[in-house]
Amino acid sequence: MNQLKNFSKGFFKENPVFVLLLGMCPTLGVTTSAINGLGMGLATTFVLVMSNLVVSLVKSQIPDKVRIPSFIVIIASFVTIVELAMQAYVPALFEQLGLFIPLIVVNCIVLGRAEAFASKNNILSSILDGLGMGLGFALALTILGGVRELLGAGSFFGYKFIQGDGMLVFVLAPGAFIALGYLIVIINKINKKTA
Amino acid sequence: MAKKESTFLNMVLTLLIITFVASAALGYIYELTKGPIAASKLAKQNNAIKQVVPEFDNEPIKEEYKMAVDGDTISFFPARKNGELVGTAVSTFTNKGFSGNIKIMVGFLPDGSIFNYSVLEHKETPGLGDKMGTWFNDKNRPKSCILGLSPEVNNLTVSKDKGEVDAITAATISSRAFLDAIDRAYKAYKEGGKK
Repeated sequence: MNQLKNFSKGFFKENPVFVLLLGMCPTLGVTTSAINGLGMGLATTFVLVMSNLVVSLVKSQIPDKVRIPSFIVIIASFVTIVELAMQAYVPALFEQLGLFIPLIVVNCIVLGRAEAFASKNNILSSILDGLGMGLGFALALTILGGVRELLGAGSFFGYKFIQGDGMLVFVLAPGAFIALGYLIVIINKINKKTA
Repeated sequence: MAKKESTFLNMVLTLLIITFVASAALGYIYELTKGPIAASKLAKQNNAIKQVVPEFDNEPIKEEYKMAVDGDTISFFPARKNGELVGTAVSTFTNKGFSGNIKIMVGFLPDGSIFNYSVLEHKETPGLGDKMGTWFNDKNRPKSCILGLSPEVNNLTVSKDKGEVDAITAATISSRAFLDAIDRAYKAYKEGGKK
């Protein structure tokens, strides 16, 4: 498989949120604004790239029967690193995302990519796969967060251009489902055309 | 490279090595971020104090004293200028919030009136209850503004409970919780918080 494809498939063809529908918990939970979505997406990207890298490095050293616990330990370590670093250097964002950062550990995308891709492919492909999937996830979360912020609060990345409250339902949980549903429709439509 | 066999010894050794490396890495990162995390927490507390009391020239955090109230603690931070008390920042709490605890820093002038407040922590509904950060200190809305009022002479409960304060639209429970926290702070302040 060529390397460009490894990288780019995460954006449209196999976008973790819009096409694979993985990692719905943080997707629906944190995307109340574009910046939250982007922050969560980038944190996940870091974890994905690093865990893919390490898993593909040590894959031949890990006996098959303990591979899942080993992957989980590797992933959990990187998540904790992200959590500590965010707490130290971007406390404001950390407060917003708080609860959802530790939950990256159980994000199906991360373990899914480690198991389905990194444990079978070489290092470069694994890094590109992690980067593509992570950025695809970040892109999806930013779009979803942007749409919800735009409709719900009348602002984008915190920049307010409509006075007043907007449609509050979009900032609340039901709005997440509605916005996600429509975005999936649009993405599927585009994917069908190009396929 | 051939996969390692899943023998008992191999599995134990692999897990041991992975967990050992992971904990060593985390210990290192923890040491690295300990300083910045403590600094950002302190800065946050300092900023909150600065917001809620008049200008001061001492270090209120160093003069902190505490009081046990309702199973939790309330902290007092006396602000002085030229040695004279100009106000006291009180870190208070309530567990009557719509979703969980709310922590508020409120500043009292020596005469017991409220100078300002700052919401430290809450999990209220976005767009409704979370407006409390700007709702009760907006001088353009005198009916809901609590600045300059004193719990001693004013009835600081929501108008639904025959009080003087207009609750946040569609968030009466959050408003009640907010005023409950202020009330708790004032009672503690009266009881022994004034130094």
